[in-house]
Order: sequence, then structure tokens, then C-alpha cells
Amino acid sequence: MGSEAIDIRYVAKLAALALTDQEVETFGRQLNDLLEHVNALSQLDTASVPATAQVVESRNVMREDTPRPCLGRERVLAEAPQRQGGFFRVPRIIAE
Amino acid sequence: MRREHIEKSAAQIAADVRSGRVSAAEIVEETLAHVDLIDGAIGSYLTVIADFARAAAVRVDERIRSGEQLALAGVPLAVKDNMCVDGTRTTCGSKILEHWIAPYTATAVARMLDAGAIAIGKANCDEFAMGSSCENSGLGVTRNPYDPARVPGGSSGGSAAAVAAYEAAIGLGSDTGGSIREPGAFCNLVAFKPTYGSVSRYGLIAFASSLDQIGPLTRTVEDAALAYDAMAGYDPMDATSIDRPVEATATALREDLRGLRVGIVREFDTKALGPDLDEIYRQAYADLERLGAEPVEVSLPTADYGVATYYLIAPAECSSNLARFDGVRYGLRVEADDVRAMYDRTRAAGFGPEVKRRILIGTYALSSGYYDAYYVRAQKARTLIARDFARAFEQCDLIACPAASCPAFEFGAKSDPYSMYLMDYYTIPMSLAGLPALSVPCGWTTPGGGSVPMPIGLQLCAPLFGEKLLLGAAHAYERATNHATARQPVLEGVHA
Repeated sequence: MGSEAIDIRYVAKLAALALTDQEVETFGRQLNDLLEHVNALSQLDTASVPATAQVVESRNVMREDTPRPCLGRERVLAEAPQRQGGFFRVPRIIAE
Repeated sequence: MRREHIEKSAAQIAADVRSGRVSAAEIVEETLAHVDLIDGAIGSYLTVIADFARAAAVRVDERIRSGEQLALAGVPLAVKDNMCVDGTRTTCGSKILEHWIAPYTATAVARMLDAGAIAIGKANCDEFAMGSSCENSGLGVTRNPYDPARVPGGSSGGSAAAVAAYEAAIGLGSDTGGSIREPGAFCNLVAFKPTYGSVSRYGLIAFASSLDQIGPLTRTVEDAALAYDAMAGYDPMDATSIDRPVEATATALREDLRGLRVGIVREFDTKALGPDLDEIYRQAYADLERLGAEPVEVSLPTADYGVATYYLIAPAECSSNLARFDGVRYGLRVEADDVRAMYDRTRAAGFGPEVKRRILIGTYALSSGYYDAYYVRAQKARTLIARDFARAFEQCDLIACPAASCPAFEFGAKSDPYSMYLMDYYTIPMSLAGLPALSVPCGWTTPGGGSVPMPIGLQLCAPLFGEKLLLGAAHAYERATNHATARQPVLEGVHA
């Protein structure tokens, strides 16, 4: 398993989390501590063991592709931090 | 304060309402008055939904008058605030959802309401169900009704405190690694996590989807069985919901354990928990034998890796599930000039420290170059843990072990994140294996040389879909020992 320290700023960028310098220091230390603990898993021989994603057997759930009632647009948009007409409004994404 | 009805079990309240001895409306008024009096000091509820409850009581009373036999008629219900109730604030204990109004109702809640239960309020929890003390809630403090200096446990701490303090007869909780069983043990309750997939997760705001499971916290085993019978069963709205017939449990409660083999786990040496807890658990195992069970030593050699396994899988799933909180469609938004900064700042302002830690560790474990080393290895360890249980259940029908390694602790006692993670040492393995497990009160201890006795929980675990056996056996143990009724919560004089 990995042994190098977490690049916490890079991970925070992947996670879309703005961190303060204090958080970078605290979380960096705490997460490296946690990795020390989870590295115990390298003691297990898992070479021939399949991974378990779901413990109870699951299967694809199919249904007819037909329209059904769903939450109304107004109901959904009522919770939007900002809206414009029938849309969620967000800051500019594409430069002019 | 008059508590004529609300200290009764859910089964008794429902029987009284069905027989016309009392109306659902009277139950609701007595509950609301009690909540009004004590909840400022306990803090079980983030939101009390008095109007919703009164309107529901009117409908339940009408249904009773029209002859319907409702299993949970008039039973006051506390709903953990990570489950949606249409038209009510649903926060997950997080500032990012502090003002969010749910536009639909979770299936498990809807089924409880349909059976006649009446939602009184939304109960506090650790933020997004991440924690073991309720201290990670971003919106309120919940105290243990048996000692207000101590935590109620978590993450379903508000639901547990509400039921312990008679602010509800049934609490709905969710358990990902122990979040029903541990607060149940801390608050002198029966606390039941069903088989993964047996209760729909639709409307439960996701934390770790392969582990999350809804279940009840109650003052009696019979009440847990009634709640399970009302909630369980296939739901087309949850693709992981299991499509198989549900065996009724409330009609299969046992009075003895004859013919059952109970596995005692060799690796869970209770001496390590100190002399008080060691004595309590030895007595509990002896009581199971006295009730007719045959004790069998079983081995779970990889259970010791449970916490390490869990703290890769659960954060990985959390980092993915919580990506949806980005300030676009609902919840908090912190404005910024570009969309990327808006995401980053919204999440920084909306999430508390524990949620950030888990998002970061999960993002790391899933990131390029580390995925196989961490996430896949943890999933393989999960397979080994599940196989251990399968082997153990070739030798026994049930497993008995501690629910937690200590009684409820004082606020601030687990300030190091990993020490808090270890609180779920005994509950995580069952969660990873998807097994049904519960905590039932098994004794009292006075921690830290103090003077206030605190409850201890015995965990019982059954094979997948073994709910009927599990609840049946827990009922026999409860009847024979009566630990829960030995003491009362401290409610007089706690008025805010």
C-alpha cells in the first residue's frame, strides 16, 4: 500500500473543497495517521480474493421506458439557491 | 408532568388507540407537551413538526373509527434527520442542508406512517450520519437522557435520546457501521439494524450506499419487531432493495432459547473491556445458556481488520455520494465569480470537519494510483470478513458479543478522530457483511468513578435474513433479564 504522505491540496482540489492553511495542516496530519492504521490491511493475503462491492446479491433493475409522474419542475426549482425561469442559475462556466 | 400514555411501549400505545381507550390525538398532545417541557435540555429534535403530527393524528383516529387495524396506531415516531419527510426540513445535521425542505417522503417513513405511527419530529444526528456521539452535528447538541454530561452515541443519537426520554416510542435510525446499535446501547434501548437491502433506502440521504440500512430504536424487542414488520420489504424505488417475502417477526417472539447454538467470538475477549464490562458480558452469555442456548466458541479472525476496511470503503462511497452537494440544485450556496470557486467555497462553508475528513480520505482512496492499493484491497478484506461470518454460522445460529467497548462517554472525550472510529469496532464487521444485528440492554455500569449508572448493550447477530430468529431470541433474553426497566432516565428537573 502507499507509504508517501497525502498531497492534501491536490486531493482537496479533486474533492472540490476549499481548505484553509490550518485545515491543510490538521487534516493532512489526521489523514496520514488514518492511513497508518488502514495500512494494516496489507497484512492480509488478498491475492486470490474477489472484491465485494455488494454483500447481498443484486441485479440490474429494468422497467418499461414509459413516462411516469415525477416531481414537478416548480417543486424542484423551489429549493434552488438561484434560478432563472425554468433553470438552475450558476456562475458563468464558458468564457465569452 | 403527566406522562400517562407515552411511557408505554409502542405495542401498548397502539393497542390502546385501537381499542378506543385513548385517541391518537391525545397521544400526540401528551407527547408534544412533554417534548416542549424537556427537549430544550435533551436536544433530541432539530425540528418538531407539531402541525404535521396533529394532522396525522386526525387521520389515524378516522382510520381507527372506520375499523382499520393499524399495527402502530398513534405511536409517536422520531425520524432521524437524514430521512426525507415531504414538506419538512431535512438537514442531515449539516449546515449545507440547514434550510432544505424535502419534496417527498422516504419509503421506510411512509410505511411507518401508513401503519399508523405519527412523526413528531426530525431527530438530531452526526452530520450526514458520520460519527458515534452526535457531537458532529452542525446544528445542535443532544444529551444522554441517563446522564446529561454524556453523549447519546451516534450517529442516530437524536432518535435514541428521543425514545429513551419518552419523546417518541419508536425512533428511526440509519446504521452504516454501528449508527443504530451504538446509540441504542448508550441509551438503554433495543437497537436493530436489519439485513442490508431488507428496508428500502429510498429517501434516506446516502452516506455509504453499500452499507447504509434503516432500522428502529425502541424500548422493547416487541416494538422493534413491529417497526421492522411495518417497514421491511421490496421497494421498486431502491435498486438494492431485496425482492423476497418478508417473514413477520412480531408474531414469532420466543420465550426461551432451547435448541439454539450461540456463538461466542474467540477474538472478542471481554477482559480487554475492563472488569465491570467483562462481568456484565460473562453474565449475559451465562443468561443465554440458562435460557437453553448451547454456547459454541467461534472465530472471526479478520474481524480485527473491520475498522481499517470500513474507513476506506465508507469514505470512498461518501466522497462520491456527497459530490451532489455543490450549491447548484439545493441547499447552501456561497456565491463566487466562477463556478469552480462556487463549488469549493460552498462545500467548505457547508460541511463540518468530520465530513471534510471523510470526503478527503475517500477521494484519496479512489484517486488514480491509489484505487487498487486502498479501495480494492478494502473490498477484498470485506470478502474475507463476510467469509468469516459464513464459516462461524456453520457452527452456530446466532453470535453474541459486545455492542460497544464502553458505556456512553462524556462530551469531548474522543477528540482524536481515530479514537472515535474505534467506537464501532464491534459493530462494523456485521455491517461489512450485511448481517442483521441488534443491541439489547444487558446491564449497568458506573463509569469513571462517577455516581450515575449507564447502560450496556449486548449485540446479537444472525445470518443474512435471520431477522425472525434474531428478534425472537432477543425477546427471550429481554424477558428473562429485564435490564432495561431497572432504571429510569433523568427527566425531572432537566427543564430548559
